[in-house]
Amino acid sequence: MSVKNVRSDPSSVKLGFTRFEMDWQGQKLVEQLMQILLVISGVVAVVVGYATESFRTMMLIYAGGVVLTTLITVPNWPFYNLHHLKWLDPSEAEKHPKPQVVVASSKKKFSKK
Amino acid sequence: MHSFGYRANALLTFAVTALAFICAIASFSDKFSNQNPSAEIQILNINRFKKQSHGNDEVSLTLDIAADLQSLFTWNTKQIFVFVAAEYETPKNSLNQVSLWDAIIPVKENAKFRIQISNKYRFIDQGHNLRGKEFNLTLHWHVMPKTGKMFADKIVMSGYSLPDAYR
Repeated sequence: MSVKNVRSDPSSVKLGFTRFEMDWQGQKLVEQLMQILLVISGVVAVVVGYATESFRTMMLIYAGGVVLTTLITVPNWPFYNLHHLKWLDPSEAEKHPKPQVVVASSKKKFSKK
Repeated sequence: MHSFGYRANALLTFAVTALAFICAIASFSDKFSNQNPSAEIQILNINRFKKQSHGNDEVSLTLDIAADLQSLFTWNTKQIFVFVAAEYETPKNSLNQVSLWDAIIPVKENAKFRIQISNKYRFIDQGHNLRGKEFNLTLHWHVMPKTGKMFADKIVMSGYSLPDAYR
């Protein structure tokens, strides 16, 4: 009984998202941020490395970019969770029941006639 | 991207893919470098020229090797392996190559050099064809880049000849 209550309780779902999982907007943002940051650090690394004729500088800049991107995108920072899913109250579902499949049954009736 | 593990995995995959691109670009940029290596080798002395007891000719000589390979170094070059080979033709083999000297050049500053040295490796013919033999001295080099394909080239210097008699 208690397990059923926890599952259907909207506040517990919301708590789950803030603790362990990003919301949808946050996931979209984090993926774009990751790709943009890595591409930018790669481009900067190649340009600076070529300009200074130093392969080592290029690798260090890129490694720095990867570490920075990791710090920004891997942990679940609070700003990725600004758009919580708003679950409807269970009573709303009762007010708007699922549409019943009526076509099939009427057809059957039709054929029987 | 919903969990820590997925984000870490996606980041690693994308970062390594981008790294591969960066290395490819670095390798590609080598194609735009101007390469004008030069080399000059003189034979200062034939120290020894004899027929070994089992019938093969052996030569010992002192070389003066001057080369400027600095233009081969780019930002993507790890090191250059360079060697001097004596190349000649015999009735049995159309090309004989005998390595006389080699070196590894790790930095650009050392790529312009001049040394006088007797042959590091023994100059022995497979047979006794070396008397009065005309031969080439070829400076070969292998450029080893940090990323990308290793490549090799050479400068052939001709017009060297060995004495007509053992000494």
